[in-house]
Amino acid sequence: MLARAITHALVGLEPRRVEVEADVYENGLPAFVIVGLPDRACAEARQRVRSGIQSAELKFPGGRVTVNLAPAGLRKEGSGYDLPIALAVLAASRQLPHAELDRHAAVGELALDGRLRRVGGVLAVAEGARRMGIERLLCPTESAAEAALTGIVALPFRHLADAVAYLRGELEPDEIAPPRYAERVAPPDLADVRGHERARRVLEIAAAGGHNLLLGGPPGTGKTMLARRLPGILPALDAQAALEVTRIHSVAGLLSHDQPLVEIPPFRAPHHSASTAAVVGGGPGIRPGEASLAHRGVLLLDELAEFPRPTLEALRQPLEDGFVCIARAAGRAIFPARFQLVATMNLCPCGARGDASAECSCSAQRLAAYRDKLSRALLDRFDLVIAVPRPRADELAAGPGEASEAVAERVSSARELLAVAPLRRTAEADDLLTRAVDRLPLSGRGRARVARVSRTIAALAGAEDVRPEHLGEALAYRAPQELAA
Amino acid sequence: MTELALAVFASETGTHLIRPPASARWSAHLRSFDQAAYEQRLARDGFRFVARSSPFFPGLLRAVHDPPPGLFVRGDVDLELLSRPGVAIVGTRACSGYGAAAARALARDVARAGLIVVSGLARGVDAEAHRGALEAGTPTVAVLGCGIDRDYPAAHAELARRVAETGLIVSEYAPGVEPAPWRFPARNRIVAGLAAATVVVEARERSGALITADLALEEGREVFAVPGEITSALSAGTNALLKIGASPLTCADDILSCFGIEPASVVRIDSALLELLPASADELVRRTGRTAADIARELVELELAGAAAVYDGVYRATG
Repeated sequence: MLARAITHALVGLEPRRVEVEADVYENGLPAFVIVGLPDRACAEARQRVRSGIQSAELKFPGGRVTVNLAPAGLRKEGSGYDLPIALAVLAASRQLPHAELDRHAAVGELALDGRLRRVGGVLAVAEGARRMGIERLLCPTESAAEAALTGIVALPFRHLADAVAYLRGELEPDEIAPPRYAERVAPPDLADVRGHERARRVLEIAAAGGHNLLLGGPPGTGKTMLARRLPGILPALDAQAALEVTRIHSVAGLLSHDQPLVEIPPFRAPHHSASTAAVVGGGPGIRPGEASLAHRGVLLLDELAEFPRPTLEALRQPLEDGFVCIARAAGRAIFPARFQLVATMNLCPCGARGDASAECSCSAQRLAAYRDKLSRALLDRFDLVIAVPRPRADELAAGPGEASEAVAERVSSARELLAVAPLRRTAEADDLLTRAVDRLPLSGRGRARVARVSRTIAALAGAEDVRPEHLGEALAYRAPQELAA
Repeated sequence: MTELALAVFASETGTHLIRPPASARWSAHLRSFDQAAYEQRLARDGFRFVARSSPFFPGLLRAVHDPPPGLFVRGDVDLELLSRPGVAIVGTRACSGYGAAAARALARDVARAGLIVVSGLARGVDAEAHRGALEAGTPTVAVLGCGIDRDYPAAHAELARRVAETGLIVSEYAPGVEPAPWRFPARNRIVAGLAAATVVVEARERSGALITADLALEEGREVFAVPGEITSALSAGTNALLKIGASPLTCADDILSCFGIEPASVVRIDSALLELLPASADELVRRTGRTAADIARELVELELAGAAAVYDGVYRATG
């Protein structure tokens, strides 16, 4: 007897329809085979499904059981196929009505005692099902809120037995429990920052204009501390962006049960030992990298010069295009990666440069090699570059600075202004820019960056056009020539 | 004229020759050397050769005790530039912000007064000296320690291009010669030889810049040293020079008076911020009580006016 359940496999973020076909041949020798290119986790479903069905006080069919995951050429990964496999096997052994099963998609991992466990990527599976015209998704209780974001009717179940009872028409499914929004851990606040007037100002500009920011300076001056305070002054994500981010985080298995929808800009800070695949995405299963996990949020690269150069160069494409395209033998995937890059670095290998109380002991060669790590092309992607000096003792003893909340308000009103219409430069500002290109000197790209930043500064000031004072300030945050040389 | 043949022979054999040697190899080279063809090739690649015997060969350089057989030249400017009164500005490659700011400001000011800035196109002080002269809009002369067709260090290819646009790049080495450590002291003698005065901006205790200063002293040229902090290793070389009698240099006028040039009256920029330099932007905010945005604007104004420069986040007065 033959039966079929429907689920979706993920290629990158794209759902692909997968039909789980089960064939039970009662007279065959007892065996349970899964074909259709399952990976290790998926092939091990055999043990979980057998135990799960028995724990649900249902009968695992005798004889030969063959499960085919069609299309057979597409690689199936993970444990989300457990539930559809179990349901297909039960239908094939006449313990479930076929017709009901056809109207549902299913996803979830089985525990040996038959309980359902959440898996990553449920959001994308639900989207795929909706696109196929399937209106109902059987899923673990913990994933239901996530699936429901797509508008599908998500049916939450705690146990395989409940799902079977529902399909038999013996049980009404539970309501989806509204997510218990856990108290968010507040991001670090700018009020903790003493001194650092220029860095505070630049963080505000970076947040308002979504500019990439490079903080240079000696170790221990607070570069990382400052960078970590950027997410706290960014506006919350709009509905569209939140869904994009949630989709990526769902695939990566990062969603928490409490917060199915990611509403605040994500903040990712991979260590510099991270591989290129971990940063931009890839791996055998083509998973999103840190760059995509930071989509619509902040990617912090602490100690930029310690990252291997290929990793940094690989980031140039997403910085330009806003997505990562990963091609592997197993297939091709596109992940959105429109993130704001914040990086910190010392000004020289020994770290003393920029510190008045220490003397740099780097040789010319070491210094050149250190700075060569950053290509011009990458440096060109930073709109704002500043040196963070070591604060003086009196400054550290001073009172708290302005809180993030106040800054965030200015940021969001500047964003609204920028969204309406691009601000134009006055003739005087144009003159100043021309003068700066000759005098400072500024490259073509550098000129464009300064122009962009000056618009943000004007918007923060609530001005109607970009005046020389806005442009002048933008020029102060350009990439210094000693880093570019 | 065997000087071109000699220069090419010295380059090819990797030897330091100023007079034809008495070797069979040299005679063989001289016999097979096709000067016209070689000159044609040079011209095709945009280089010139000025022989020691040529009237265009700078007299000051001819006067040193081991002048090169000739100079290969890149750049289209009149060779008379090499004979104009020049100042060599040299120093360490790993300079501090202080050294960089001082080198650039000095170069700019002496260039404005009409002197030619000569340096070695190396990283650090050398590059800042060239940039300062370019900022003043005057030609500058760069002396290479490798073949005239090379840009060394490669990072300064763009700077070399800008130097050659209005000034000259010279080398005693024929095209194709690789940079080698022993060639740099030899290059330094040309830097010192081309200039009537040599300024050492920042130098460690055993810096190549001190070789330049020694060579200049041997030839009886004026040597200036820019004083630095007594505790700074980067200024140990310059401070030692001062101790043995080099003239301390605190502003461009010190050089100009030695050339008999009236220091031009400089338009002083009136800014309260200038008094507070050197300082980081944050310190200025604190000491003036003005906003960071406001300070940033004014500092850029000062930079554009050439009155201040920023290195590693520290603003310094350069007026």
